[in-house]
Amino acid sequence: MVRSTFARPVAAVFVLGLLIAACGPSPRAVQGSLGGTVSVLATWGGDEQTSFLAMVKPFEDQYGVKVQYEGTRDLNAILSTRVQGGNPPDVAGLPGPGQMSQFAKAGKLIDLGNVLDMNAMKDEYPESFLKLAQVDGKQVGIFIKAALKGPIWYNPKQFTAKGYAVPKTWDELITLSKNIANSGTTPWCIGFESAAASGWPGTDWLEDIVLRQSGPDVYDQWWQGTKKWTSPEIKKAWETFGTIVADPKMVLGGKNAMLATAFGDSGNPLFSNPPKCFMHHQASFITDFFTKANPSIKSGEDFAFFMTPDIDTKYAGAVTGAGDLFGMFKDTPQARALMNYLTTPAAQAIWVKRGGALSPDKKVTEYPDKIASDSAKALTSAKIFRFDASDLMPEAMNAAFWKAILDYTNDPTKLDSILASLDKVQADSYKK
Amino acid sequence: MIDRIPQVAAALVLPVAALVGYIVVAEWILHRLPERARPRVRPWVWIGPALAFVGFFLIAPAIETIFLSLLDATSTNFVGIDNYVAVLSDSNVHIAIRNNLFWWIVFFTGFVLIDGLVIAVLADRVRYEGLAKSLIFLPQAISFVAAGTIWKFIYSYQPPGVEQTGTLNAITVFFGGEPQPWLTQAPTNNLLLIIVGVWAWAGFATVILSAALKGVPVELLEAARLDGASETMVFRQIVFPLLLPTITVVATTLVIFALKAFDVVYVMTNGNFDTEVLANRMYKEMFTARNYGRASAVAVLLLTGIIPVLIFNLRRFREQEAIR
Repeated sequence: MVRSTFARPVAAVFVLGLLIAACGPSPRAVQGSLGGTVSVLATWGGDEQTSFLAMVKPFEDQYGVKVQYEGTRDLNAILSTRVQGGNPPDVAGLPGPGQMSQFAKAGKLIDLGNVLDMNAMKDEYPESFLKLAQVDGKQVGIFIKAALKGPIWYNPKQFTAKGYAVPKTWDELITLSKNIANSGTTPWCIGFESAAASGWPGTDWLEDIVLRQSGPDVYDQWWQGTKKWTSPEIKKAWETFGTIVADPKMVLGGKNAMLATAFGDSGNPLFSNPPKCFMHHQASFITDFFTKANPSIKSGEDFAFFMTPDIDTKYAGAVTGAGDLFGMFKDTPQARALMNYLTTPAAQAIWVKRGGALSPDKKVTEYPDKIASDSAKALTSAKIFRFDASDLMPEAMNAAFWKAILDYTNDPTKLDSILASLDKVQADSYKK
Repeated sequence: MIDRIPQVAAALVLPVAALVGYIVVAEWILHRLPERARPRVRPWVWIGPALAFVGFFLIAPAIETIFLSLLDATSTNFVGIDNYVAVLSDSNVHIAIRNNLFWWIVFFTGFVLIDGLVIAVLADRVRYEGLAKSLIFLPQAISFVAAGTIWKFIYSYQPPGVEQTGTLNAITVFFGGEPQPWLTQAPTNNLLLIIVGVWAWAGFATVILSAALKGVPVELLEAARLDGASETMVFRQIVFPLLLPTITVVATTLVIFALKAFDVVYVMTNGNFDTEVLANRMYKEMFTARNYGRASAVAVLLLTGIIPVLIFNLRRFREQEAIR
């Protein structure tokens, strides 16, 4: 009886795997072009999936290779089950650098050093992005898409109408927030709901605060598991986060709205008339959600961003970012061709032009508007750049971090016990 | 695709051939045995494949799970009862045990049974019984993940003043109420998750109880009515006692399901806001933390929770057989 609930997801994955294996590359199909198929597993669904398929369309036409895409929001579970079951996809999006290094150490990932033109890559990609995808000196992954974390979105028309100025420092940001709250409206729109990953938008806040408040060294120790959650620096970051989320006047709908509103919808009240909030903290990809839900709004006129301001001037110009990391699990000619294609500026420009994506490739310039090219510039020219800390933590730590965001939002007075339980997970999950 | 056809054909034909071969060979051996030994050996020959199947797919994995629960996260070192200590001292597990034992067993089982019984009895008396029962049974055909997604739309929440897209909040606001974040408010969110389970399972109870209801002899009911019994007395003193064995069977099935509850919780709240259940803990230990030891320990906990229900079920079954 116990096994049955336990086995259900595994069985589902297994059946899916069989279906895909049944359509695997057929050696007879090689014609003038490459032919055959390549299976891809990644996290995108909906509009993002459409954009990815548009990105690989020229590849399919050129090589005659069919890309079999499968999207799942539960990438971590599905990918690790399939890798363990000996049935990995040819190419897959990796949930984060943490899992990438686990797969690489288990010998599951193919060294891309022999697959990609590494000289061209070194030329086009910022070093930080290449380094993040290396394990023991081997390039086992590669970013094909990037996101800028930490932009705060606002409605320039409304800011001008009310006479609000874009804040230059964290203190100015808080003063502005308080002024808006005192004028009878709400400064912030926040939503943490994201199905099984609920809470993650809050981790981005914390990361921005830790990096700007305590600097890159503390930030690195923190995600590496050597800085405790109960340490003064991290606790202070939570309290700083609390000046916004723990104050019911600061956020539209208060804690109920933060906990129950889907992250993708939560910024929409910026665009109602009159606006129900004035600022929204979310990564660069959110513009795609904005424009899909509010077709009449224009980039630059109705929405623009300023970066989360510096907190300690010692660490001015610090920026966090993230991206979609791809790895190769099976060494087939089709998979090699696809990996090469996905890292070309031409391929990445396709998604970039469609909106919602930045490219780690400096050669890509086809951004649809000034907002997008500004985001890309902020990302590739940051003075201090750090990758999204929660994505670098072990998966169990990351999941506990998500839950802690929800627990803290629900009851900020419990901060000490929340941090203590995070310490317990930290002591436990870095062991392996 | 096409080059797989022989394999698929083989997968279809081979098991059947193996079974036929087993029967032929077994009977051939049986005929070589002395006449008196045959009746004693034959049952084992016939039940053998089923036993092997259960042994291989149920008992062996259960034993392996118990074994894994005594090993560490990667199943390499023996750690004794460490996993159980870790699991049982985890406050999330305490919430999960409370939710499984209290919210799910009591309310899920209770609501489904009451719903099923009421609908079965009432539907028995209307002309459109088939239609009514089909409608109630319909959600059974939907997967739990889909049911969870559908109900998530029903419970969805927007801040006051923003247009409500969730059915329940749209109704609340229409009648002048404040929108409620249904899924994040403990403890009522447990009840709202259980309602999704009840919606999906009421049809199951209805169909089985309705079938049992048809088995109640009409003469008995008529005799009672002739003797002046009221309809409530007929139900309480004749129908209900006759339905009791069926109710018990349905109830044990539901209790086992309540202990295993997973999909609805995973899809709708992922166990946040005090709605955690044991099966979701097991999933998280297994697929998020990739800790085989702890995941197995939670599985063993669940198993020990289900065993008493199974024993109870077997006992009743045996009693009934004895009456017959």
